[in-house]
This record gives sequence, C-alpha cells and structure tokens, in this order.
Amino acid sequence: MQVFQWKKSGGSNPQVKKSWIIGIISGIFGIIILSTMFYQVDTDSVGVITRFGKYIDTTQPGLHVKVPLGIDKVVRVPVQRVQKEEFGFRTVKAGIQTEYIKGRDEDVSLMLTGDLNSAVVEWIVQYQIGNPVNYLYNIRNVRSIIRDASESVMRKVVGDRSVDEVIILSRREIAQESKDQLQDMLNSMGAGIHIVTLELKDVNPPDPVKPAFNEVNEAKQEMERMVNEAWESYNKIIPKAKGEAEKTIRQAEGYGLNRVNRARGDANKFLAIWKEYNRAKDVTKRRLYLEAMNEIYPQIEKKYIVDSSQKGLLQLLNLNEMGGKK
Amino acid sequence: MKGKITAIIVVIIFLIIVLPSTFYTVPMTQQVIITRFGKPVGKPVKTPGLHIKRPFVEKVIRFDKRILEWDGDPNQIPTKDKKYIWVNTYARWKITDPLKFYQSVRNEMGAQARLDDILDAATRDYITSHVLLEVVRNSNREMETAENELELAADIKAPIKWGRDKITRQILKKASKIVPQYGIELVDVRIKHINYVKEVRTKVYERMISERTRIAEKYRSEGQGKKAEIEGQMEKELQRITSEAYRKAQEIKGKADAHATVIYAEAYNNDPEFYSFIKTLETYKKSLTKNSWLIISTDNDFFKYLKNMKGK
Repeated sequence: MQVFQWKKSGGSNPQVKKSWIIGIISGIFGIIILSTMFYQVDTDSVGVITRFGKYIDTTQPGLHVKVPLGIDKVVRVPVQRVQKEEFGFRTVKAGIQTEYIKGRDEDVSLMLTGDLNSAVVEWIVQYQIGNPVNYLYNIRNVRSIIRDASESVMRKVVGDRSVDEVIILSRREIAQESKDQLQDMLNSMGAGIHIVTLELKDVNPPDPVKPAFNEVNEAKQEMERMVNEAWESYNKIIPKAKGEAEKTIRQAEGYGLNRVNRARGDANKFLAIWKEYNRAKDVTKRRLYLEAMNEIYPQIEKKYIVDSSQKGLLQLLNLNEMGGKK
Repeated sequence: MKGKITAIIVVIIFLIIVLPSTFYTVPMTQQVIITRFGKPVGKPVKTPGLHIKRPFVEKVIRFDKRILEWDGDPNQIPTKDKKYIWVNTYARWKITDPLKFYQSVRNEMGAQARLDDILDAATRDYITSHVLLEVVRNSNREMETAENELELAADIKAPIKWGRDKITRQILKKASKIVPQYGIELVDVRIKHINYVKEVRTKVYERMISERTRIAEKYRSEGQGKKAEIEGQMEKELQRITSEAYRKAQEIKGKADAHATVIYAEAYNNDPEFYSFIKTLETYKKSLTKNSWLIISTDNDFFKYLKNMKGK
C-alpha cells in the first residue's frame, strides 16, 4: 500500500524515487542480515549451531559467522560453569555466614536405612554440562532428572547400610558410591552431564531420636571418666604403697645392720675383756664382781642383811608394807 | 508497466503465504506427524532439518523427541509384611511412535494420566508382594554398627532375594509391556522416596531410642565394671606390695638375727662360764633398782668380810 502512495506522490521523477526506495529496503535487509550473521560465545560456554533445526556444529568461545535470517540458530551452553543442586536443605543466602532452610525438605532428606531405621541425610551435587549436544537434545528437563536420580541413588545406597554407617562410619563411601551410580545412571540416558562432586552435608538421626544418640555419647564419655578416675586413684595409691614398702625394707635392713653391729660390738667387747681376764683370772673375776656390787647396792633402798645362822626371817618382815608397795 | 508491477506483487504475496506453508523445520528435539484435513498421512518425520509438505491442506503436529519426565504422587502401600510405607516413584519415558501417541492419548497430558494409572498399579503390585526389607535393601552387603555390642536383629540380617533394583526392574518390565500401545517407551522407573507412614514412624523412632538407651546403659555399666576392675587390680597390687615388703623385711631381719647369733656364739663359746658371769652381773645391774628389796645372808660372797676378816 505504501509503495503505491510513494509512487503517486513521486510521479514527477519516478526513476529517482524508485532507487531511493530500493536503497532503504536493501539497507534494512542488510542490517538484518548482518545482525543475524555474527554471534559471540562467552568464555565459559560453547555455541551449538543448528541449520533448519538440524545440529551442524559446536563452536568454541569467540566471534563467529553463521548463515543469517534464522536459518542457522545458536544456543550457548555454559559448559565451564559448575552448577549445584541441594538436597534436604536450601541455601537462602550464600556468604561467609551462609544461611540455610532446614527441615523443610523432609521428604527429600528423611530415608530408611538398611536396618530399617531412619536417618536424615542432606547432600549436594555439583555438576557440569559435559556434552552440550546430549544435554540439549536427549532429555527435556535435565535438572529434574539430576534431582530425581540423585534422590533415588542416595536412597538406594543408604538402604544398604545401617544407621550407624550412615551417620558415623562411612560417609565418604556413601558419597563416592552415590556419585558413581548417579553418573552411570545419567550416562545411560545420555544426559550429557558430568558430576563433579557429590558431598554429604549434615547426616543426622531424626530429631526425636537425636537426644538418645547424644545420650550414647554422654554415656561413652561417662565411661571414660569413670575409667580415668579409677586409674587416677590407682596412680595415687600404688606409688605411695611402693614407697612405703621400700621404707619397710630399708628399715629391716637398718635393723639388720644394727643387730649385726651390736653383736659384733658385744662380741668384741666380751673378747677384749675375756683376753684380759685370761691373764689374771681370779683377780679380774673378783674385781668385776665387786665393781658390779658397788654399783648395785647403793641404789637399793631396802636392804636386809641376815646372819647365815638366822632362820625364820620372814616372820620379821613387814609384809604389809611389801604388799602395800604393790 | 502497471500490469508488470501487479504481477510481481502477486507473486511476492503468493510466496509469503505459500512458502511457510510448504516448508517446515524439524528441530533436534522434535518429531512431527503430518495430517491432511485431520487425517494423518505418511510416516512421522523424525529427522531434523528442512522438509516440504503440501501447502494449506497439510498440517504439522509436533511432539517432543527427548526423554520426558513422569513423577508419581506418593502412594501409601502396605508391604508383604504389613508395614505401611509411602512410596514415591519417578519414571522417564519418550514418544517413540508419534502417530500412535497422537491417536491414543493425543498429547502429553493424556500420556501422563495413562502413565499414572499404569505405573501406580505396577508399583503397588510389586511393593505389596515383597517384604519391606526387600524394597529397602539392594544387596546382601554386611552392615556394620558403630557400637560393637549392638547386634542387628535377625530379621534385618536375613538375606534378601530381590532388592530394590530388581523390584524396580520388574515394575519397569511390567509397565513396558503395556505402554507401546500408546506409542511410548519407558526408559526408566525408579523409587524416589520410601518412608514410613506417620504412625509407623513414631514406633520406629521409639525403637531407635530404646536401642540407643540400651547402648548407653551398656557403656555406663561397662564403665562401672572397668572401674571396679581397676580398683580390684589396685587392691591386689597393694596387697602384693605390702606383703612382699613384709616378707623381704622379715627375711632381712632373720638373716641379720642369725648372723648376730653366730657372732655371739663364736665369741661366747670361748668361755661360756665367764660369759654367764659377766652377763649375770650385767643383769643384776639392770634388774635391781631403787625399789627392790634385798635380803642377803652374811654367808654371801659380798658380806663374808662383814663378820670376820677371814671371810669364814
């Protein structure tokens, strides 16, 4: 319609008008062609090119040329970027003090263990797009298959382990096994996903059971405390007893030395006297006797000297006094 | 001139209308069927790229070629051993025969509804015909416990014959027999969640608590036992130390006494008579004290001079 109008108004010089119109049209056309001919691929991505919907090429980061006018189409796939899925919790705000919402996803995190107990398992999966063509064309919602498969695999792995293994003993093995199985599962569907890590986060007994698990820890510590206390008193008493035993032995040795020395002293003294005595037996004997008596008699207060012919002496004695002395 | 321009315009308009109706593209992710006045014609087109059809009379109906989701609702299902659990399964499927698909279920919504019926039924069938352990476990891997004292109950240690993988394979197999009539292929069926229903859960928690309390109790009594053991050992050690010391002391003393006796005997044997003389005098000195009474006859050696000088 516009073409008609222009033609009528520019009737005086149709030749000039025509070339002007052609110029504008071809200019617009050129801009459209140019703008759809070049495309850029960012450093963390690759470009997947389709011609009339059919895949023809994957291009690396940089500036590229394609067939314009929507004949070639480019989809940029961020193959370098590591993406993360969280299971059983959700990061609200990542940062130095990352905030999480917990316990909301109980359906995801609460699972049965192989001994038919329950455990709350939280984990993350980090992945990259390993094969952009598979990623784009094989599965419609890749993120949802990653989530579903992760949950299924984690349950399967946990389902073959006791609650103790899940919570305490074999966290690493669980993560490794789940990662391997998840990768296999995704590969079998051609998801084009490379699992970077699968990491267990908090693994706990269900809340109502937690105090009981803590009680076990407390009891363990209590046991250790009791044993320590017992050893403590053992270590306090035994060395002391050993010291005392040593003392007893030393005392006995002292006693022994004392006895032997005394015996030697007595014996030597006797031998010395005896040697002298042998030289003048009679005199020495008398001297010793008299000296002894000399010592004894003055000390005794009550002395009765009785003539050898006197008999019945006892009658004279005041026995009461004797008895009274007692 | 005028007729020429009109002719060009007519051709352009014709092309603008007819071309898009003649050519169509099939992207990598899609497959199409062509219908003529609503009636499917030819084979479904699965190869991506540019294709031609008859303009106006033929219509393109597009279907996804990729693997599609199916997520079931959690179902409350009793196992063979009468344990009530929530089971939530997921599946992945794709449209393999778009024509059949279009004719039987029309679109994905219809397919999802059909899959709901098929998969829920298959899941229910297989879960109810197995005990819980078969559904939870996957192999006969030997499980460990942190507290060695805690023995796993015999029914939990019982070997499984099936395991989760095999059961889900069975579900897949059964459902896979039904779905081809809808032009669908099931790629995978898995159990996503299994959990106890609320009432059972409470009981399981109670059991877990009592199990842990038992372990705690065991640790406590073990602590007491070990303590008593150490105390007993201490008592024994104490007795050993003191008695050994006593024995050694007595031995040393005895030896010393014996030695002393030998020394005395050797010395005194030279003159027993003289020894007894000296010893007697010493004894007098010690035993006769201030308070002693001494009654002595004058014929005593000491006083023999008291009566006369001769001493007779």
